Amino acid sequence: MLKGAKQSMQPILEVRNLTKVFHRGSLLARDRIVAVDSVSFAMQRGEVFTLAGESGCGKTTTARMILGFEQPTSGEIIYEKNQERWHPKIWFSQRIQAVFQNPFETFNPLRKVEGYLFETVRNYGLARSRAEAVELINAKLEAVGLNYGEVEGRYPSEFSGGQLQRISIARSLLVDPALLIADEPVSMVDASIRMSIVNLFRRLRDELNMGILYITHDLATAYYLGGQIAVMFRGNIMEMGPAQEVLINPRHPYTQLLRESIPEADPDRKWQGRISIAETEQEEYLRTGCKFAGRCPQVMDICKKQVPDLVDVEGVQVKCHLYAEQKSVREEVS
Amino acid sequence: MKPSDVVLRTENLKAHYVLDVPGGQKVVRAVDGVELQIRRNEIYGIAGESGCGKSTLMKTLYAWVNRPLRLVEGSVFYSKDGQEFDVYALNKQELRRLRWTFMAYVPQGAMSIFNPVIKIKETYRDFLSSHLRGKTVEEMFEMAKEHIEQLGLPVSILEAYPHQLSGGMRQRVAIALAALLRPSVIFADEPTTALDVVVQRGVVQLLKDIQERLHNTIILVTHDMGIHANVTDRLCIMYAGRIIEEAATVEIFKNPLHPYTQFLINSLPQFGDTGERVSAPGQPPSLANLPSGCAFHPRCPQAMPICRERRPEDTKLGEHRVACWLHAERGEAEYAANS
Repeated sequence: MLKGAKQSMQPILEVRNLTKVFHRGSLLARDRIVAVDSVSFAMQRGEVFTLAGESGCGKTTTARMILGFEQPTSGEIIYEKNQERWHPKIWFSQRIQAVFQNPFETFNPLRKVEGYLFETVRNYGLARSRAEAVELINAKLEAVGLNYGEVEGRYPSEFSGGQLQRISIARSLLVDPALLIADEPVSMVDASIRMSIVNLFRRLRDELNMGILYITHDLATAYYLGGQIAVMFRGNIMEMGPAQEVLINPRHPYTQLLRESIPEADPDRKWQGRISIAETEQEEYLRTGCKFAGRCPQVMDICKKQVPDLVDVEGVQVKCHLYAEQKSVREEVS
Repeated sequence: MKPSDVVLRTENLKAHYVLDVPGGQKVVRAVDGVELQIRRNEIYGIAGESGCGKSTLMKTLYAWVNRPLRLVEGSVFYSKDGQEFDVYALNKQELRRLRWTFMAYVPQGAMSIFNPVIKIKETYRDFLSSHLRGKTVEEMFEMAKEHIEQLGLPVSILEAYPHQLSGGMRQRVAIALAALLRPSVIFADEPTTALDVVVQRGVVQLLKDIQERLHNTIILVTHDMGIHANVTDRLCIMYAGRIIEEAATVEIFKNPLHPYTQFLINSLPQFGDTGERVSAPGQPPSLANLPSGCAFHPRCPQAMPICRERRPEDTKLGEHRVACWLHAERGEAEYAANS
């Protein structure tokens, strides 16, 4: 066990009413696009929290705000009780590390991979001598199924995408972060390597008690990792709850559509029925009322006029008028 | 299988990338002895990890071999109107006449094949005017409109520029364009990769619609086993430039014989099951430096001494074929007798 691994119920990351507005078009004909619309969630240590959704749903923007790359328009991000603006940068990067989508872009092709690892050790003063640094790096590489001998003296082009992604994870582990933010870490790698990375996340969660914010469009791996899931669509959380419950019994019509659209590796369970072709992303973002109303098979009049409240249905929060008779989460709080 | 059912077959097809490197040549064996028979009126899937040679196989079948890729050995036979011909024996002119009208190819990343400064309808016009003679511009636009409508795509896309369409829509337009001249064989290279799940389903729906309408052959390359399970009729698995297993899709999923296929199928996460999934250990081999014997032996948990020394030939079990020593008892017995 590593330091700071003691269990506490204090959320490691809490996001409250996080909103990001982008403006698009010319000065006169401007569209206001709410890329992230009052998103709230909390996650604990030793837990995987999945932000799932299609491209353009606002999941990456949410991650970028959490990482401080993007300034929120409104709302709060709270890291272990700290308001975002109060903590110094070094504290932040020691507690929170990120892994990105394309491992080939993470590393400079002209620079040896080990350089990134030594640089991190030096920047955070993690070792007093080179031998100590090598020992630390080797330990972290072993945690991801590699070792220093395999990495030493080699350039990024000599590794496969899966290996680079694991080296990238090993680098983030050097500082013993409490939270790992992984933005589509497996979407660029092959199916067999995908599972080795997802299995690695399971180990990091169980053995190092790390919190993992897993951002993905791949619901099958989200199910496999378990924990909590929030399904986003056009900036809104449509459904949030335990991943296994949400994905086996999806309640929101959008989650149902997503779930049905995943091709299952079983020729006996082929897709049934047809789907309609979507409006463009922008039209859906500009929609008043529920953003999914244009494609929803169960659309009602109210959906086109009024944004539904997030309501609690048997422990799962659903943002849909179909469940309007249930108690609103907001009312419960106030 | 009747020979008349076969639209495309290969004989010991080998296509290598020959690269000049300091101090000699480097040979990347991307297609290394492929035997295939693809039938009329079926969707045939080619599966495998990236770098296994599946896209190169596709190009070789389409006779799109440009340096440094070279056809080293073997032939590709197509049959058209009851006549069989070797596609590599044709001259440029004949080959050009076959393209799009008899065989069409949707390359990987089809989203970037459109000219960004002209409207989709201009692309359609260019395409039609280079393949059909004696049509006015109006007639061609009318044909394009009708075609788009038949496939259930919105007609308004004809007036759009490529950047105004989403990635999924561009992919669908690329596929629609490939099907325009009713080709007998359509090659689609990773058409669903990098698309969202719902959009993926739309693309697959379109491919299926086209196949049902034209009763032609679609050859689908993707690494996504879920897509294969959903659309293909027959499926082959490629590993290190060779086909290691081929059977009806249902058979492959129910009864995978090759240890690599077993890993490929069993490592996929399934809803309703959180049990640990194990993927094949190690890394795929470099095609420039293949292991001896069976190329999978360094990663295979069931490897035997023979696997290191001799490459397994195909074992045919009815319609199911597999290249693995575990299933070639006769071959194994022979080896034991000789050594």
